[in-house]
Amino acid sequence: MSMLRISESRFSVPIGLKREMRQQMRISSLALASLLLIAGAASVLAAGSEADFKAAYAAAEAADNEAGQLRDQWTTTAAALAAAKQAAGAGDFDQAIALSKQAEALARASIFQAQREKEAWKNSEIH
Amino acid sequence: MQSAIHFAAVALALLALAPARPAAAADTVDPLADARAFQNYFTGKFPNVKLEDFVNGPYSMNADMRRQWQEIEQFPPYEFALEAGKEMFTKPFKNGKTYADCFPNQGIGIRQNYPTFDEQEGKVITLELALNRCREANGETPLSYVKDDMAALTAYMAYTSRGKPFDIKIPDDPRAIAAYQNGKRYFYTRRGQLNFSCASCHVQAPGERIRAEVLAPALGILNAMPIYRSEWSGMGTVSRRFITCNSQTRGVPLNAQDDEYRDLEFYLSYLSNGLPISGPGARP
Amino acid sequence: MASTIRVRATLSGETTEVQALIQHPMDSGYVKDAKGEIIPPHFIQELTFEHDGRSVFVADWGPAVSKDPYVKFSFKGAKKGDDLKISWVDNTGASDTTTAKIL
Repeated sequence: MSMLRISESRFSVPIGLKREMRQQMRISSLALASLLLIAGAASVLAAGSEADFKAAYAAAEAADNEAGQLRDQWTTTAAALAAAKQAAGAGDFDQAIALSKQAEALARASIFQAQREKEAWKNSEIH
Repeated sequence: MQSAIHFAAVALALLALAPARPAAAADTVDPLADARAFQNYFTGKFPNVKLEDFVNGPYSMNADMRRQWQEIEQFPPYEFALEAGKEMFTKPFKNGKTYADCFPNQGIGIRQNYPTFDEQEGKVITLELALNRCREANGETPLSYVKDDMAALTAYMAYTSRGKPFDIKIPDDPRAIAAYQNGKRYFYTRRGQLNFSCASCHVQAPGERIRAEVLAPALGILNAMPIYRSEWSGMGTVSRRFITCNSQTRGVPLNAQDDEYRDLEFYLSYLSNGLPISGPGARP
Repeated sequence: MASTIRVRATLSGETTEVQALIQHPMDSGYVKDAKGEIIPPHFIQELTFEHDGRSVFVADWGPAVSKDPYVKFSFKGAKKGDDLKISWVDNTGASDTTTAKIL
């Protein structure tokens, strides 16, 4: 998508976020690989349980609701939540957890945006 | 959970670092000064565009589009909605009353006064809200706020006001000032994952393109409403446009007549006081 | 029932300029409704303008033409006050016709 030439500073995402998301995915795929190796072992240490998903989803949903209170929810947050639920429904809890965490990150970014904009909007005002 | 906590901590740290605006006791709001500054901004940016021409949106910004639009206006796509709207407006409700009974001057030639600030209720009333209230008060079901019948009705009412300048009044009431200010805040606030505010496109980039569209200036942007949009293959109201704009920036839209939207309409309409109603309009 | 065809025909010198706006859903048959079901194709297939028993403009349309189509063209050989007959037929067999005076 072509970027508009806008004089305002670009929305800055905390730099660690992208790295964290990549780490999250790496951890997920590592977990999946080790799970395949330990054939048939239903251990309490197995990655991606339904309980883990429920916790991750609840956290994401709570953050999105907070964004809703601030009247700034993102459509991509909703899409990630829906995709997480769908993955969980299909039994893929690793994916569901990853998507829930993505949703939470998006929701937190939207909260950050809303809180920043509470004052920042004044900088754009025509006087 | 750890990553989320980490992120929250980073976010808080960044907020703490952000320059804090001195907490003003009461920033005086001067709508009249705002309107003058707003108009001066656009006339300064586009010295060759006549003030009243800003109501034509992208057509005031692009000569080729203007030529095509003038051709289309000979046989405008909103014509069917306009005729349907006139029919709807004059047809009595089941109880025998009509829309004319709910509005000043029989509802003819009054569109330029909306939105109004209702001092009894303490809130902004848009034309669409008033129309649905009229329906409900007369035992009829409310219409969808975004298109079809509602757009046909407002198309007719706008048509009866064509050429009349916007005449929005802000009564001397702190709640009215607050509504105006809320609309202003909404207009300049970035939202959605794409982080645009209304101003990003309509103040900072009018006349420029976003993908294939030429952006309209914010001055006079509501004067042509409701519009037949080729993109929609049909009519749409102010609410429809606010909602789709939000989605386009990847922000979850609000409900059609939520406070923020009504206040935004109030703010934008007031800033265009003096500019003529050109609705119903045709847009790409 | 009101005609679906709005037409304006104006003579300028030798040339008659015709503009017409036709009310028709022009559903292509490729679009789904809110429930996810295909909206059946419903579009004008043939549009004809006749003057003095002669076809001056014929359009063979398909699903690519949008809703409420607008047509503009010119032709020679007409006089002021002549009749211009417009008719269309769609894929469901429905049709409409109207006659306008050339001004």
